[in-house]
Amino acid sequence: MPLSPGQSLVIIIVTALVTFSTRVIPFLLFPEGRKIPKVVQYLGKVLPPAVIGMLIIYCYKNVSFLSAPFGVPEVLCGALVVVLYIWKRNNLLSIGAGTVLYMVLVQTVFS
Amino acid sequence: MKKKTGYAAAFQAAFPYTIPVLTGYLFIGIAFGIMFQEKGYNFLWAALMSVLVYAGSGQYLAVNFFAPGVSLFYVIFMTFMVNVRHIFYGISMLDKFKHMGKRKLYMIFSLTDETYSLLFITKVPKDVDKSKFVLAIALLDQCYWIAGSVIGALAGHLIPFDSTGVDFAMTALFLVIMTEQWMSSKNHLPALAGIGSAVVCRLIFGASNFILPSMICILLLLLSGRKKIEALGGQDLVKEVDRHAS
Repeated sequence: MPLSPGQSLVIIIVTALVTFSTRVIPFLLFPEGRKIPKVVQYLGKVLPPAVIGMLIIYCYKNVSFLSAPFGVPEVLCGALVVVLYIWKRNNLLSIGAGTVLYMVLVQTVFS
Repeated sequence: MKKKTGYAAAFQAAFPYTIPVLTGYLFIGIAFGIMFQEKGYNFLWAALMSVLVYAGSGQYLAVNFFAPGVSLFYVIFMTFMVNVRHIFYGISMLDKFKHMGKRKLYMIFSLTDETYSLLFITKVPKDVDKSKFVLAIALLDQCYWIAGSVIGALAGHLIPFDSTGVDFAMTALFLVIMTEQWMSSKNHLPALAGIGSAVVCRLIFGASNFILPSMICILLLLLSGRKKIEALGGQDLVKEVDRHAS
């Protein structure tokens, strides 16, 4: 261990508190008793699709489209997930097939 | 029909929905356990971290904090930056977590990307208590995460197959949720605002600094386009699907 147990514990607790603070802020700003402003209600409704979109880009953030393999496995498997889902509407099938194909591609063809 | 109110029923109903997260969390948890163990921290430390912190990318980053000379300010700032997106999650859960009593605190604590996404897309089955069902999803997800980190720290190197690429399960989960949301809503402006902002900000600010600017862009777009978005039907965006995961 590079640090003493005490120092390590401090880091874990600080990391935990800061992480929790990012999750709890909205609930502190708008506690249950108080009426939630209309604009916040509106944001609560429209943020999820926007956030999911952002998360997808977050997942793809380290993919390089300018150098080999040009994001081919990521895009190909992402497309498979979407197409399979539109076709069969089964999330386990989509996620399973996409992940297995991705693992095969990055471990063999694109390794 | 009699309403089943027990936790057993809630966990049984919740489990199938959490299977994608089970796969993803086990393996990215294992990767965290291995990283932490290589730093010299055994499985008890990995478990403590996953119980108290419980954040995927946050814990990956945090492994670097355990080195001499790292300032607490750095720890606070970096953790805040990597987790800042969570602020958005709470805003859309204000209503959903209402009247959950003591359980609400745990729901807020456990609001990861994956749990948030599952809660967004999953409809509570009619014969199950809502609060218990929602709690079951959150609790199962964290159990997978803790189990993964402990396995990784204990036996990560003994895994008999190459798990490279298994983290794509999380990308796939978000893609499925996006597709479902896209098909069930006529209004695609919020989704496009999210994707567009993130792509532009990723190109401008680079891979490690683009989330906060993306969030600001998203807020500005959603607020400035409010009239248009509401006219297109901002209401049915959160139409939940009643489809069993299996």
